[in-house]
Amino acid sequence: MIEVRDIRKTFFAGTANEVRALRGVSLDIPEGCFVAVIGTNGSGKSTLLNAIAGTFAPDAGEVRIDGRDITRWSESRRARLIGRVFQNPFAGTAAGMTVAENLAIAMRRGQPRGLGIALSRRVRDEMIERVRTLKMGLETRLDNPIGTLSGGQRQALTLLMATWLKPRLLLLDEHTAALDPKSAAQVAELTRQIIRRDKLTALMVTHSMQQAVELPDVIVMMHGGQIVRQVAGAERERVRVPDLLAAFDHVRRREQLDEGVAGVLRAQYR
Amino acid sequence: MTLVMGAFTIGLILSLLTIGVWLAFRVLRFTDITVDGSLTLGAAVAAVLLVRGAPPWAATLAGAAAGGVAGFTTGMLHTRFKIQELLSGILVMTALYSVNLRVMGRSNVSLLSTKSIADPANRLLTAWAGGDSLLLFGWRVPVSEAAMLLTVLAVMAAIGLLLRVFLVTHFGTALRAAGDNAQMIRAQGVDNRHMQVFGLCCANALVGLAGALLAQYQGFADVQMGIGMIVWGLASVIIGEALVSRVTPGLALAGAVMGTILFRLLIAIALRWGLNPNDLKLVTALFVFAALVLPGQAKAWCARARRLADNRKGRGAP
Repeated sequence: MIEVRDIRKTFFAGTANEVRALRGVSLDIPEGCFVAVIGTNGSGKSTLLNAIAGTFAPDAGEVRIDGRDITRWSESRRARLIGRVFQNPFAGTAAGMTVAENLAIAMRRGQPRGLGIALSRRVRDEMIERVRTLKMGLETRLDNPIGTLSGGQRQALTLLMATWLKPRLLLLDEHTAALDPKSAAQVAELTRQIIRRDKLTALMVTHSMQQAVELPDVIVMMHGGQIVRQVAGAERERVRVPDLLAAFDHVRRREQLDEGVAGVLRAQYR
Repeated sequence: MTLVMGAFTIGLILSLLTIGVWLAFRVLRFTDITVDGSLTLGAAVAAVLLVRGAPPWAATLAGAAAGGVAGFTTGMLHTRFKIQELLSGILVMTALYSVNLRVMGRSNVSLLSTKSIADPANRLLTAWAGGDSLLLFGWRVPVSEAAMLLTVLAVMAAIGLLLRVFLVTHFGTALRAAGDNAQMIRAQGVDNRHMQVFGLCCANALVGLAGALLAQYQGFADVQMGIGMIVWGLASVIIGEALVSRVTPGLALAGAVMGTILFRLLIAIALRWGLNPNDLKLVTALFVFAALVLPGQAKAWCARARRLADNRKGRGAP
């Protein structure tokens, strides 16, 4: 159970560039639920994900995982509970190290790392076993530097690394956005499989409406640093891409109207 | 032969420095110039303890530990107080100049009448050879030099083996990843800043150890002895990388050792041919410059030459 309570964040506060990125966002993600967050550019969807991941400290509000308040935890400490896949396919793996070494690091995510040898024969067998489930033929390339693989292959491995030890929460930050269409579809399908198989609780930020209607249990729509709508249950089954686009249009129009009304009022009471 | 042996001994001692520089520059990707100060610090601490009559191994270890403290300080300045890498190193290096003078009490300390870490090997070899010189590959060499070479070889082998194993442990793998991709290792639950501090501590401990051994080899510690060491270390790292192409931790370590020895041999030969010792640092700096710039330039030149050739061929065709 993930609880996000009234998270607020303003970047560059008090300057001309002030950005109110999150204006009181609250969200509950029940155990085993897969949530997708969609929104326009600058809607705060990635900021919300980063707040949960611990990239920055929020100005107010709190984040709880299984009742534990992790708001003040560092990014690296949260890794014990959270697995992450980044938008940049190169961000989740150490390019100069081999596939096997990268996986060995992920096998101890958030756990103490002692002076035992990282790559034993038994560990390698387990790696081959699990890398084979990706169906990319990477099990024969365990000793290649991971930097020699393609973006799609690296992203698939990052996904495998983030879920090697079952995380309490899986965070996916537009993780297919930087891939070519074929790899993107492959990684999206892999994501669906892994989340279903391990019954993971997951939060995915995406710009792809198609993904948003196909993959998750709940769709969260954000705009202007706030959650404007949640689509779940039977409605979630019915919803199609045009419905989502219409909903965003509606939000935008209402906002314009508000702006206009506010302008009229300001003019009258000056 | 003495020349070659000298180059080998210094090469082995300085390969500890090279490994330290490799650890900071290549593994952590941290431009650490504390090295110039921590080498002297290691030498100074060891020398003063030796003069006071401490056992040589303890004095040498203390030198290494002092280097480690210097590295720790640089690491903390960077991670805790957010000072740029380069500036953190410069601050510590500058401060160490005064610290080193304080430690030694004057600008150099002679070690000619003190015990040395090579003494056990010296006794062993003297008993074995039955005199103060012995035959090595048909050359007559002083026992004292052979003893130093043997000792340094043993220390180097032990450290090299230890590091080789350490770098493939869970902890060592995480350390390497922290230098490769900080974002990735944070997402895997390791604070990359802690790794940086720890790595700099190790790197400078190795440099301090090199300083302590170097002082005992040359028979004195001098406040100036660290100047330019970072460039020497870097030159050796680059030569080592040219010698071993594919970089696993073990090969990289071996490359660092071979690179340093080759570099020392080249210097010994250059000095023999009449290179002015005063020009040594200029030549080294030029070498590092060339090694950094030439590979890229060569590629550009080759591409240009190929283009010109293609153009000419194109015009020649009917």
